[in-house]
Amino acid sequence: MTKLPDVATLIAELARAIGTPAPGTIVVGIHTGGVWVAERLAAALPVKLVTGTLAITLHRDDYDLRGIARNANHAHVKSQATRMPVDITGKHILLVDDVVATGRTVRAAMNELFDFGRPASIKLACLADRGGRELPVAPDYCALKLDIPHGEEVVLAKDGDRLTLQFHKK
Amino acid sequence: MPAHPQLDSHGNLKHLLTTEGLPKRLIEQILDTADQFVSIGEREVKKVPLLRGKSVFNLFFENSTRTRTTFEIAAKRLSADVINLNIGASSTTKGESLLDTIHNLAAMDADMFIVRHHSSGAPYLIAQHVKPGVAVINAGDGRHAHPTQGLLDVYTIRHFKKDFTRLTVAIVGDVLHSRVARSQIHALTTLGVPEVRVIGPRTLLPTDVERLGVKVFHDMKRGLEGADVVVMLRLQNERMNGPLLPSAQEFFKTYGLTAEKLARAKPDAIVMHPGPMNRGVEIDSPIADGSQSVILPQVTFGIAVRMAVMSLLAGGDRNE
Repeated sequence: MTKLPDVATLIAELARAIGTPAPGTIVVGIHTGGVWVAERLAAALPVKLVTGTLAITLHRDDYDLRGIARNANHAHVKSQATRMPVDITGKHILLVDDVVATGRTVRAAMNELFDFGRPASIKLACLADRGGRELPVAPDYCALKLDIPHGEEVVLAKDGDRLTLQFHKK
Repeated sequence: MPAHPQLDSHGNLKHLLTTEGLPKRLIEQILDTADQFVSIGEREVKKVPLLRGKSVFNLFFENSTRTRTTFEIAAKRLSADVINLNIGASSTTKGESLLDTIHNLAAMDADMFIVRHHSSGAPYLIAQHVKPGVAVINAGDGRHAHPTQGLLDVYTIRHFKKDFTRLTVAIVGDVLHSRVARSQIHALTTLGVPEVRVIGPRTLLPTDVERLGVKVFHDMKRGLEGADVVVMLRLQNERMNGPLLPSAQEFFKTYGLTAEKLARAKPDAIVMHPGPMNRGVEIDSPIADGSQSVILPQVTFGIAVRMAVMSLLAGGDRNE
């Protein structure tokens, strides 16, 4: 198995690709991994930007299949919260996720964003794109493209302050 | 055979009928889920799509504007379609039986029934007769239970006091007729509150109330000593002039919450009331509006807790 690249390097690459965002841009991370990436990405950008977080549990599309409780690790969900410190209407949004796969998380995140107002634009940045899209969602900025066999997944893990990308068998 | 009619064979919540016997794990799950819903009330768009396309029937066989309204708001914020039926005023007066009413409503493809009934146990009967996948929430049955009120009360306590395991909670007033008190006591003891006290005159306390794991006080000042939470119960109007009580004024003198009596509790004690309150009967106005009162937050949290219960009941593969 190939070794996955260093996350700090990937974030630096993302920051370089993004360059200088439009003034007033809000960096919004999707829980949980996207929030970790968004914090570091915002710090790496040349201008200081407002950050927010999205906990998309209540906008997922598999509620009828899995319910709210079984959607995710319970203790995990507890710490997640949507936090939008400013009015997003008319603002440019840089939406950040760790790994993009089916696109369903991004769909849910965009729906939730619109509950807060009408943004001027949304751009999507992700650390890694593992393929397997089921919705017409494409990242504007992506540091790593992977082709992962079905039944395996790439997850972002956090150990202290250190982030690593890891392979997991489902 | 499931251990309890409100749980499925995996131990998940299928109906919410009572807090009695409701496992700690499920109570905590409801409270944690409610956390997520509190912030939704503060958004521009106060809605999430979880219950889109589902029909929630509010079946009120007994009048209640507040409880019905908070259930309605909760269901609407979850994007459900809400149908309010004031049954007392319609079919039952024409002689239709409870189960016939339910079968008719089920034929309208209801996904959830919110039931308030003057008879204890009516929501159980309904829960036994609905189709698999249809959930029943007890919104108050007779003197028996009012689980969402009990849960919103423990949610409020957790919000202000964080840890249940060091608390003294005093419940004051007409415990005998109060389904709210019963639901609170079961939830509080399950969550590990070491001391739950009930305070009231002998005529308004159930005879073997100690068996619920509470301490009994007839002297309110002694009962409030060192309490972290003071829960005042509503004295129902119809009881005031009955044989159990001399008068409302007399009751207020002995069991009404005044500044003087509240001073016996801890300085940071919170004051709760399930509403609607009778000022000057069970609670003095300055206390109801005072800095220790959390009566209005209770109402706000009640919506989030009801959203949590509904979203836990309506989602997922519930066909067993």
